[in-house]
Amino acid sequence: MPDSNSQAGAYNYAYLDEQTKRMIRRAILKAVAVPGYQVPFGGREMPLPYGWGTGGIQVTAAIIGRDDTLKVIDQGADDTTNAVSIRHFFAKVADVATTTSTEQATIIQTRHRVPETPLREGQIIVFQVPIPEPLRMLEPRETETRTLHALAEYGVMQVSLYESIARHGRIAKTYNYPVMVNGRYIMSPSPIPKFDNPKLDRSPALQLYGAGREKRIYAVPPYTPVKSLDFDDHPFEVERWDECCALCGSRESFLDEVIVDDAGQRMFVCSDTDWCERRR
Amino acid sequence: MLPALCVSGLTKSFVIHAQGDLALPVLRDVALTVSPGECLALVGPSGAGKSTLLRSLYGNYRADTGSIRIRHDGHWVELVRAEPRRVLDVRRRTMGFVSQFLRVIPRVPAVDVVAEPAVRLGVGADDARRRAESLLEVLGIPAKLWSLPPATFSGGEQQRINIARSLIVDYPVLLLDEPTASLDADNRAGVVKLIHQRREAGAAIVGIFHDVSVRDALATRIHDVALPGTSVGVLA
Amino acid sequence: MKPILSVRGLTKSFGRRVACRDVAFELWPGEVLGIVGESGSGKTTLLNCLAGRLTPDAGSVDYDSAAYGPIDVHGLSEARRRFLSRTEWGFVNQDARDGLRMGVSAGANIGERLMAVGARHYGEIRHTASEWLGRVEIEQDRLDDRPTTYSGGMRQRLQIARNLVSNPRLVFMDEPTGGLDVSVQARILDLLRSLVQTLHLSAVLVTHDLGVARLLTHRLMVMQGGRVVEDGLTDQVLDDPQHAYTQMLVASILPV
Repeated sequence: MPDSNSQAGAYNYAYLDEQTKRMIRRAILKAVAVPGYQVPFGGREMPLPYGWGTGGIQVTAAIIGRDDTLKVIDQGADDTTNAVSIRHFFAKVADVATTTSTEQATIIQTRHRVPETPLREGQIIVFQVPIPEPLRMLEPRETETRTLHALAEYGVMQVSLYESIARHGRIAKTYNYPVMVNGRYIMSPSPIPKFDNPKLDRSPALQLYGAGREKRIYAVPPYTPVKSLDFDDHPFEVERWDECCALCGSRESFLDEVIVDDAGQRMFVCSDTDWCERRR
Repeated sequence: MLPALCVSGLTKSFVIHAQGDLALPVLRDVALTVSPGECLALVGPSGAGKSTLLRSLYGNYRADTGSIRIRHDGHWVELVRAEPRRVLDVRRRTMGFVSQFLRVIPRVPAVDVVAEPAVRLGVGADDARRRAESLLEVLGIPAKLWSLPPATFSGGEQQRINIARSLIVDYPVLLLDEPTASLDADNRAGVVKLIHQRREAGAAIVGIFHDVSVRDALATRIHDVALPGTSVGVLA
Repeated sequence: MKPILSVRGLTKSFGRRVACRDVAFELWPGEVLGIVGESGSGKTTLLNCLAGRLTPDAGSVDYDSAAYGPIDVHGLSEARRRFLSRTEWGFVNQDARDGLRMGVSAGANIGERLMAVGARHYGEIRHTASEWLGRVEIEQDRLDDRPTTYSGGMRQRLQIARNLVSNPRLVFMDEPTGGLDVSVQARILDLLRSLVQTLHLSAVLVTHDLGVARLLTHRLMVMQGGRVVEDGLTDQVLDDPQHAYTQMLVASILPV
């Protein structure tokens, strides 16, 4: 319902009109009912271009309410330009409290990372997805990939993993690592590092994935098995660092490598800014 | 004792469509019987249909009417208008054919060409090869040729490969089309001996033998193809 | 023993052009059936109808499957038909590129059918793929090379290996040696001959080359203008052709 008292002024609550929100909610319900299945939706024009998170924003806009507390991160950080922009956007159009604390958030919109702090029941994590189709690089035809998913014909994905081992001696994919959801659909978890894949498995939180350019929504309901693909003799492994975080000393989080001067000095710091701050 | 092969009313013409459907009758109402241990020699002038008859028995030529029955697996099997797999089964286990010319398969070594009918029957590859080698030896093919494809062999050598191939399996029925045609006297004698052994062992043989001495050595009866009806005469 | 394939009244048209008309036959286990004819005879259309790649306008193709029992190829769900194509059936295309993934290694190509039905041990898949490379006479150190680096004959042998790794019962072949040099052809024909024998394959082979038919097939069907004009034992059809068209075909072979 248009709220003339909101800061947004002429905008409907959370920017999208009610019919659009309803359409997106229906898509989300369908997605939750069939974990990992890509549901097409009528993506709207958003006030930023494709590639900047329009899918995630539409999903968040459809589910957010005045009681929510929103956290937005980009590569784990709350303070990058995009994270800040999106957070301010929702503060304005949805009249909603925002936070940088993973624990306090009810909705977390993220680009390319899952927070280090374990999520709990009742939280929703919204992923920004560039290419929702995990088979896209192997099979360019949309008609064919839809058929492959429908028939669960995933040999081609296993072939690409085989090829990676043949070429590099190991499965070389380190982000956007394909997963099998609920034993049925292969899904792209968005370009999160494979380090974060285990966090998706049977997470107590609801995972929603939005791809704005490709106009697809998919979901993983709480406590759903999410298994990273591998071979019996080349099992899935996460990244490890010799170093710890230079700021907080963490040995359990995903570390970014930062070049600090022109001499090539580097240091490793947690990519999850909230996690890092809490530990210091 | 039951005959091995029983032919009656066998009639065949060739129809050449390119020449206005010209019909050339070759066989008319042919009848013959061959029993185990017999060797029936087909005689007649050139063009009379000896080869045609032999090929018709093998199923290589198609009979127009009539009956060719062969004793196979303890039953009579009618070969005229039989299903291809039936004919192939009979050829695999019961009926062997030595044609005048070796059809050359590229790349396959001579010893494997000879061994193939045995391998097809389920004989182990090594066993079959050993049998093939001993046959080739008896037929006077030098060992250095065994691993070569027969394409470059002389006519006589190819013919002996052909013969070896038809003798590696103990066919109850053997059809021989001029088996000694390209052979010299020595090799001819060797082949005659082998065929004779088969006859003594109980094979039923139908053959075309141009060489009278070969025919005398092997045939127990004569069938004149030029005359319609049953075979005449008994050659002691 | 039952026929592995039963075909009745198979007819397929493209608009007003009837590509194949009223084709009927039975294929028995272990048989290799050749379909010969000149361009436009309908033989490739027929093959594609048999393999479920085209839907006929009339008639039926019944296949005695190991997975589902006797089935009607065109009445089967697409999922099952695709499953059969990856397991019990093989299809060797004339151009190997149509039957291979050119962008992945030979090992991945051969291993795909195994992975498609659940093989998950890299080392074992690789080992099986390597064995098959040996069987089709490709050097095993080419296992990680892509088919783009292979010669035409090698690609065709790779395609054969890729199809046979799943131990299919029925293999469809569309001019498997078309376009290859004669010596390369000879090698592949020899390979096909021995594989068909040792693996007890049934096969339907389309070719315009009567020499290939003589070498590989037990039975032959001659097609002209979409109809089967003659069929029978291969050596009989070639040595004693009955139909005018067959006689013309046989007489047209250039002597060497």
